[in-house]
Amino acid sequence: MKPGIFLAIAMVALSLLSLFVGVIPIVPSDLLHDAAAWELMRDSRLPRTLAVVIAGGALAVCGALLQSMVRNHFVEPMTTGTGQGAALGILVTTWFLPDASLLLKLSVAAATALIASAGVLLIVQRLPPRQPLLIPLVGLIYGGVLGAGVTFIAYQADLLQYIDVWMNGEFSGVLRGRYELLWGAALVAALTYVTADQFAILGLGRSASINLGLNYRQVMAMGLLAISVVTALVVVTAGAIPFLGLVVPNIVARYAGDNLRRTLPMIAGGGAALVLASDSSGRLLRHSFEVPAGTVMGILGAAVFLWLLYRPKSYAL
Amino acid sequence: MRSNPLFLLGLGLAACMVLYMTVGVSGGWSFVLPFRAGKLAGLLLVAVAISTATVLFQTVSGNRILTPSIMGFDALYGLILTALVFFLGAQTAVRLPPVALFALNTTGLMAGAVLLFGTLIAQTRTDLLRMILTGIIFATLFRALTLFWQRMIDPNEFQIIQVASYARFNRIETDLLPLAALLSFAALAVVWRKRRQWDVLALGHDAATNLGLRVRQQTILALLLVAALVSVSTALVGPVAFLGLLVVSLARLCDGSETHARLLPIAALISAITLIGGQLVMEHALSLSTPLSVVVDLLGGLLFFFLLLKGRSR
Repeated sequence: MKPGIFLAIAMVALSLLSLFVGVIPIVPSDLLHDAAAWELMRDSRLPRTLAVVIAGGALAVCGALLQSMVRNHFVEPMTTGTGQGAALGILVTTWFLPDASLLLKLSVAAATALIASAGVLLIVQRLPPRQPLLIPLVGLIYGGVLGAGVTFIAYQADLLQYIDVWMNGEFSGVLRGRYELLWGAALVAALTYVTADQFAILGLGRSASINLGLNYRQVMAMGLLAISVVTALVVVTAGAIPFLGLVVPNIVARYAGDNLRRTLPMIAGGGAALVLASDSSGRLLRHSFEVPAGTVMGILGAAVFLWLLYRPKSYAL
Repeated sequence: MRSNPLFLLGLGLAACMVLYMTVGVSGGWSFVLPFRAGKLAGLLLVAVAISTATVLFQTVSGNRILTPSIMGFDALYGLILTALVFFLGAQTAVRLPPVALFALNTTGLMAGAVLLFGTLIAQTRTDLLRMILTGIIFATLFRALTLFWQRMIDPNEFQIIQVASYARFNRIETDLLPLAALLSFAALAVVWRKRRQWDVLALGHDAATNLGLRVRQQTILALLLVAALVSVSTALVGPVAFLGLLVVSLARLCDGSETHARLLPIAALISAITLIGGQLVMEHALSLSTPLSVVVDLLGGLLFFFLLLKGRSR
């Protein structure tokens, strides 16, 4: 079976599962005659499933973009500073302007995320290209230092509980009227598809892309902006989901290569399917309580990362 | 006469300790002195345990920027504790005396450390970056698994364990002090006795083998000692990611000598001054607004970053 078709089937099946799994049991026939079931579906289950699909798809796409931009398969925005930058922005806004509107918080978060990811890009570009593992390492530590800074400020401002909310992706709070911002992330991710070819060329390196007539700086800036906006949106609405942007593009690249125009839809679908699976299993594993999707992803993602790191050497390092 | 860093550092530490015991006391010496002495002893123990574990781990892995915390030792401690609560049941775990829980946890960490890191250590010499990356991912994995498991335990029951098992610098777990002191004294004695063998081990696998050292055996012993020392410090004050790196790097700057006979005491003194002096400043000047561990982590993280980039650019 073609991987694309397989992914589509998996996504539909997992979405259905996500719609009908939860504390209150619903079966599809209830929707026809039970008004309460319909209301539950409209106000909670459907928004939640959509939020999961959008967050998963958009984050996976961002991972692929960043990997192409820094020419390394082991990085992703959530753990290399962008996610921490976004959390820093929300934290500072919450501290100084407690009644700021969500849109203002979001804008500040996107701005700080942008600064943080520009910082990591500047550092990474100065690293020797012959050391492929140095880049993710520096990225992870950069993210860790920023994270420690966030914790430090949160202590000062007595906002430590909020940090958990932003740094640990969870969809249980998603209801109708509280996730719609995420459509912005979907829009940005869809827009990047229009320029997928240019991002694929970025992956060939700076001189090759300039030789091919690409406006290198402009495409880089566009990529940074897209990554920061999507990351900030996801952190604000659901919280950080680690490793997603790392695992999905790598697995897709193994089967379908690096031609982003061909693989971006698969990456988005794969990301959505993976977060759907983590979120639904988080709801099922300890029924009536929930395990956050971010935690499930943390375990899955770390395991897959280790596998990627130790598998027999192949073309995709 | 050239000034001896050991002497100066010893003076500094003594000053810090006297200040820690006496600053801001308002009456009631009979209460204050024993209360502060307990905390002071805990801080000293943690300082020496962390610095020694770091020096030893750097010797074994043949690298200056690795520490047990970076490789996920204290995350593994948290995971083992959660697993214990999960398998024993919170009720049983709470009824166990904290000392027994600590002993079980330490044994688990020692076994885990040898199993996980024993095989990895051999890799450092061939592929250091992959090794560090593995450690960081291990740490993330352990933390995620701990969180996951904590969710699987009944929230109310877990609360009991969390209160009982997670300590901070401000509130050192003094119940465990005697056992922790015993364990770390034993470990430190072994480390000190074998200080010349660590010097040989630091020369690298081939040279050490040539010189007649049983490298594999010594490596496993060192990992066991590191695990014991890490579990002492984690049980007493919780995880501090970058303290070890910070103080051992400072110690190496302070004294050019690479022998363990000098490095171990200097690192221990610097570590103790950092912890006790830092805690003094936090408690009195900054009125406890931020835990010391957060500040140390921030500074240490920046240092790690700097060392990594500097080491590469050469």
